Amino acid sequence: MSNGQTKTRVVVIGGGPGGYPAAFYAADLGMDVTLIDLEENPGGVCLYRGCIPSKALLHAARVLHEARDAAEFGITFAKPQIDVDKLRAWKDSVVARLTGGVGQMRGLRNVKGIQGRARFTGPTSVAIENAEGKTDSLDFDYAILATGSRPTMIPLFDIGSERVLDSTSALDLPEVPKRMLVVGGGYIGLEMTTVYAALGSKVTVVEMLPQLLPGADKDLVSPVAKSIGNLTEKVMLNTRVTELKEQKSGLRVTFEDNKGETTSDMFDRVLVSIGRRPLSADLGLETTRVVVNDRGFVEIDTQRRTAEPTIFAIGDVAGDPMLAHKATHEGVVAVEAIAGKKTIFDKRAIPAVVFTDPELAWTGLTEAEAKEQGLKVKVSKFPWGASGRAITLARTDGVTKIIADPDTERILGVGITGVNAGDLIAEATLAIEMGATVTDLMLTVHPHPTLSETLMEAAEVYHGHSPHFFQKKK
Amino acid sequence: MPIEFKLPKLGENIVEGDILTVLVTVGESLRKDQPVLEMETGKATLEVPSTVSGVIKEILVAEGEKASVGQVILTVEGESAVAAPADEPVVAADESAPDPRSASSPPVVKQPPAPAAPSMAPLPTAAAPPPGSVPVAAAPSVRKFARELGVDITQVRGTGSGGRISIDDVKAFTKAALVGGSAAAAPMPLPDFSRWGEVERSGLSGIRKATANHMARCWAAIPHVTQNDQADITRMEQFRKKWNPKAEAAGAKLTPTAILVKVLAAALKVFPDFNSSLDVVAKEIIHKKYIHVGVAVDTPRGLVVPVIRDADQLSIIEIAAALGDLATRARDGKLSMDEMQGGTFTISNLGGIGGSHFTPIVNHPEVAILGVGRAGWQPIYTDGEFVPRLMMPLSLSYDHRVIDGANGARFIRWIAEAIEEPLLIALEG
Repeated sequence: MSNGQTKTRVVVIGGGPGGYPAAFYAADLGMDVTLIDLEENPGGVCLYRGCIPSKALLHAARVLHEARDAAEFGITFAKPQIDVDKLRAWKDSVVARLTGGVGQMRGLRNVKGIQGRARFTGPTSVAIENAEGKTDSLDFDYAILATGSRPTMIPLFDIGSERVLDSTSALDLPEVPKRMLVVGGGYIGLEMTTVYAALGSKVTVVEMLPQLLPGADKDLVSPVAKSIGNLTEKVMLNTRVTELKEQKSGLRVTFEDNKGETTSDMFDRVLVSIGRRPLSADLGLETTRVVVNDRGFVEIDTQRRTAEPTIFAIGDVAGDPMLAHKATHEGVVAVEAIAGKKTIFDKRAIPAVVFTDPELAWTGLTEAEAKEQGLKVKVSKFPWGASGRAITLARTDGVTKIIADPDTERILGVGITGVNAGDLIAEATLAIEMGATVTDLMLTVHPHPTLSETLMEAAEVYHGHSPHFFQKKK
Repeated sequence: MPIEFKLPKLGENIVEGDILTVLVTVGESLRKDQPVLEMETGKATLEVPSTVSGVIKEILVAEGEKASVGQVILTVEGESAVAAPADEPVVAADESAPDPRSASSPPVVKQPPAPAAPSMAPLPTAAAPPPGSVPVAAAPSVRKFARELGVDITQVRGTGSGGRISIDDVKAFTKAALVGGSAAAAPMPLPDFSRWGEVERSGLSGIRKATANHMARCWAAIPHVTQNDQADITRMEQFRKKWNPKAEAAGAKLTPTAILVKVLAAALKVFPDFNSSLDVVAKEIIHKKYIHVGVAVDTPRGLVVPVIRDADQLSIIEIAAALGDLATRARDGKLSMDEMQGGTFTISNLGGIGGSHFTPIVNHPEVAILGVGRAGWQPIYTDGEFVPRLMMPLSLSYDHRVIDGANGARFIRWIAEAIEEPLLIALEG
């Protein structure tokens, strides 16, 4: 854009799920808004290189798994033919449709879009470098920094080989490798494992820590770990990669387990999914009072305001958890703060979902966190083997778990593993935000037969009288 | 592998405290249940026992610091290092996993410095409850409503199931605060004192905070009247000096306060309204069938008020002994919360320090308090001549919602007369 405008009320830097809703909301409140992003259309990592394309591919994986598993109830298909080019094109069309849609919404709201890279030149000004290398400057009253994060890459893996993938290149689906190594048993690694294994790759997962999906409760991870175990050639826990070398026939990887024993193996591709780093460097923040901490996160207050009063920061660049839905809500808070409203980011629970098969979702406090904080909690669990709906789906590999305060019965956290856990966790998040008790959940009529009943029944287990799950009274 | 000892839950609604003393040292072999810290929370001082055992590798807190529930206090290691069951080794946060932790503790960071041109005052309200506590039960819309009114939601009493706070609860709280005066009023702004010279800021101690909050609320909520009088204690002092050896033989010290507590206990029987509490909501007076007298004690950490139970059933020597014990432990910070609760009337004797009459603040939910000043010799006109008498200033503050002026005057007079004519105690009390 070069319509000569040099001043805007609010500039939003980064058009991801934090930035674009913030820009739109600010425009809806009548502010003059400029949205700067490297892409032509807003969307960010989530729409272009994260949540959305991975879910498209995971849907394909689920169809493949369901077709395979249908044999159990007498329906068999011929071996599926996978046209990787067509799958990739479909995934790209999903991305194009969503990002194009958001681009249109930007136009309808009169948010000015600028494609380029922004750098602060002071507390109230940025320089914007466009694709042609031309630089414009823009003054603002307020800025919202929403630059997000990128996959972590460390020198060990950064050997300049095309066979080494990160989440971005893995989602490009360059091919279906014969043997693939996934480094990192976090949610990105396991989601990509699910995709590539379904498409026919023999996948090995290596994780440094003793558990897949560190951070989630062990009992919830267990069904996922079992399914990942079935999908893959091997899962190596307590193991780190110590060397990666490119050879003619592939990548030679050396592993070392926690006893110091080393092994090595050959892979066609290695996916590095060891975390994400906030994008806070090279933004000209040194020309402002914005403080960046030693983990690279911009420091913010409860209103998402940085140490520079004119600059706010939201989303991945402003701290954990690095989740799209957290960023979106933070954007609302920042815009309301700019509008002079009495607002703070005040959430009791931010749900996290791992889109493996089965899915794993949790919200609020985990059992491990409760213990860590010395908080006395009462936990109740309902196994999906006792759910009629799960049995009709032939998917009893799930569990629904409630973590509550024993004195007040207040629901503090919920964890669900099972198909569609990501959709089911929303009810639990509302319950926590509303300050609901286990009894409230138990007394709410849930539709039969659905997986949502597992929440109600877990609440009944809490009180010792679930109709479908018998527990001997202690 | 070192095992962490984290500050366990200290009590109902207690999320942090001041560390007074660290009772262990690095390299020491720690047993489970061995006291590790002495902490001050609110007005109680308590010892925190260890939940782990092993050799202490590192101590991560220092005296004078604050510690919150769940904070790592120290680490132990060694063959015998045993963690409490609650301390399951926690997996290090891996960035590859989504971490919902900041849902409960967002990175609340420093306040911005002096704002630049376009800006508004940031809200000082804390976003989330500290880790290790159960958050307030209120829907997001209710929290928003409270925030807009400037109401601290944690102060609102919820009437819903599980203590859930509704919009109506916030309205009721606001109304009560408006009627009750300054309870929820915004603090008055402070000038920049450094303009006139050097200043130093230091945090309020737990006791100071508790006293400040409680006194401000008592003063705001209770319509006070203070009635002054003086009692002739010439004979009481003769009596006290004469019988003190007997008290000392019993391990007590016969102080004026001990005698006054006895007189007061009798007075509270004769005037039961002074031993009551007012239930504003139910519009009822609650008369207590017991007499527990609180005695204000000045300690290096601040004011505490231990309670002498059933003072009316104790002899003066028994009261003196109990007082001596409570005062000593108060100064050492060893009183339990229990020993400072349940009082029905408070006495504050500043006579040992000096001064005459003053205005004590009624210690809610009590309805009256007796302040005592330093006694001095005065010429008293009796039977046509001035005679020297030792006179003690008494100041009675009472809650005018419960007690009228005439009864206030009768009560303080009765005390003065009972001191002069102790048989009154046997006659009426």
